[in-house]
Amino acid sequence: MSVTQPPVNSPGIRRLEPLLEPGHTYASVTDKIASVVLTRPLGLGWLAGFTLVFSLVMVLFGSIAWLIVKGVGIWGINIPIGWGFAIVNFVWWIGIGHAGTLISAILYLLNQKWRTSINRFAEAMTLFAVACAGLFPLIHTGRPWMAYYMFPYPSTMGIWPQFRSPLIWDVFAVSTYGTVSLLFWFVGLLPDLATLRARAKTKWQQFIFGALAMGWRGTARHWHRYQTAYLLLAGLATPLVLSVHTVVSFDFSVAIVPGWHTTIFPPYFVAGAIYSGFAMVLTLAIPLRKAYNLEDFITMRHLDNMAKVMLATGLIVAYGYFVEFFMAFYSGNKFDVFLAEQRLHGPYSHFYYALILCNILTPQLLWFEKVRRNVLALFLMSLVINTGMWLERFVIVVISLTRDFMPSAWGRYSPTFWDYSTFIGTLGLFVMLIFLFVRGLPAIAIAEMRELVHQEHSKEHE
Amino acid sequence: MMEHRSLIHGVMGEFETPEQVLAAAQAARAAGYNHIEAYTPIPVEGLAEAVGFHRPWVNWITLAGGLGGGLTGFGLQYWCAAITYPMNIAGRPLNSWPAFIPVTFELTVLGASIFAVVGMLALNKLPQPYHPVFNVERFARASTDRFFLCIEAHDPKFDVAESTRFLQSVNAQYISEVKDEE
Repeated sequence: MSVTQPPVNSPGIRRLEPLLEPGHTYASVTDKIASVVLTRPLGLGWLAGFTLVFSLVMVLFGSIAWLIVKGVGIWGINIPIGWGFAIVNFVWWIGIGHAGTLISAILYLLNQKWRTSINRFAEAMTLFAVACAGLFPLIHTGRPWMAYYMFPYPSTMGIWPQFRSPLIWDVFAVSTYGTVSLLFWFVGLLPDLATLRARAKTKWQQFIFGALAMGWRGTARHWHRYQTAYLLLAGLATPLVLSVHTVVSFDFSVAIVPGWHTTIFPPYFVAGAIYSGFAMVLTLAIPLRKAYNLEDFITMRHLDNMAKVMLATGLIVAYGYFVEFFMAFYSGNKFDVFLAEQRLHGPYSHFYYALILCNILTPQLLWFEKVRRNVLALFLMSLVINTGMWLERFVIVVISLTRDFMPSAWGRYSPTFWDYSTFIGTLGLFVMLIFLFVRGLPAIAIAEMRELVHQEHSKEHE
Repeated sequence: MMEHRSLIHGVMGEFETPEQVLAAAQAARAAGYNHIEAYTPIPVEGLAEAVGFHRPWVNWITLAGGLGGGLTGFGLQYWCAAITYPMNIAGRPLNSWPAFIPVTFELTVLGASIFAVVGMLALNKLPQPYHPVFNVERFARASTDRFFLCIEAHDPKFDVAESTRFLQSVNAQYISEVKDEE
């Protein structure tokens, strides 16, 4: 059988849309992105939005203050449901962060050019999501000022952390993840800070960007070492991002509680993390490109690709749900079988059905190109998936803890006002940090966009 | 002449495309200049080699950081769990190494990443608030859309007039002397 390749420019082959609208030069991409930071006045929309999210941050501070005054009893947690919202929110937020690292590291190693215009704010999203995530275990301890007990330090009590516990692994995984994400983000920013330093108009801008750029001059030697370091960081961040949610899943799967003690957890947690993370990238990218007229840079092809990643990871998550059920019945373990039935018929079954609707059924619409290319539909879909992934963590944490081995250990859980106010407060914190970020730093990697201009330009001349 | 040379960092020519600055750097090396530097708004493939850069230490520094982090991580856990704070739990082994893998892995990545970034910055001699090239007004465009090649004054072959003529011969625009304030 002979296979003949059709010519590349035949009408039978659908050509890929450009990643950058035609006509852009080094200067035009630089001007457009830098102007958002340097010259654009604060609009009414920004101020109104900022006021709203800032007041939510005040709600968060108030909730934490009251928590410290009264203790964790203000939340709905009890014995046996000791985890509740705090851990649901922790897992949800840390999962959201994963898409940022996936875009910046894994897609970089795979040489996916379309990551260029979305990696910067996806990385920022990672940092802010990790900040929100880290808050929850900290305040969940009840005495956050004692949190340093979790780190190995020579204490006068002569005790050391229990390194065989997944909760200690988590401390190391999350703090390493936060640190490496920050380093990666800063290294990526360095050439852009130099660009802003050169274009800064006011004394303040010159001082701040001058200090942050640290004297970056873009010499051939600078760039060579920079690219080596960047590639190595991408290579290091790739296994790291897979390890973080794996370790988070160990918090559950190393325990023997029915519904947690399964080997599918690590891969299915990682897929779920990327799923929710891409949903959050879309939730942020769609208003951002609209508000700052960045449609030339964040094109329909970007949105389409992200929708496809969501579809693929969503199917892995669906497979995870299936395997959970299959293994429960296949193992014949009566506690696992009982828990599976509790998910379908127990007191929290409506959460489970909502989860299936949000995470498995609705996203199947993404098979249709019409949906993937409808900005409003994608935005709504991203909200649905974010909700679904939150419900997933609720189902995992709450249903298992309320239906332990012995009926005498069963319980119920209902969140209180302070549970909700803390969660909504972290949503406010997250969005407030995003608001500050888009006006304070370039939301799209300028130097990488210039490289893209160069590549698109050389392609035309081939 | 000598007095003048101590005040000048070099002569710098401006180019519009990465291909031009790469060709100019190669021509400068061919003409016998050894102390040249190129300044570009995007990384240009082959330019580091063209200006005579052959010592990429960053990868070795990263490896050292990773090994150091990993050994520290495992050593810390072994020392805590087996030596200084041993806990006999139903006779289970104190050196339960599989349980130490996650933290060892995390600290390997942490050590390697910190060394990669700090090593890159240190080798690039950053932070460096002052550099003579910032005195050139048009250099602001080196981080936007222009590519610069500088022949430095401490090159044995350097001569203001001669080197300027050389830059003209490789079609540089806006050739300027880079003054050093010190």
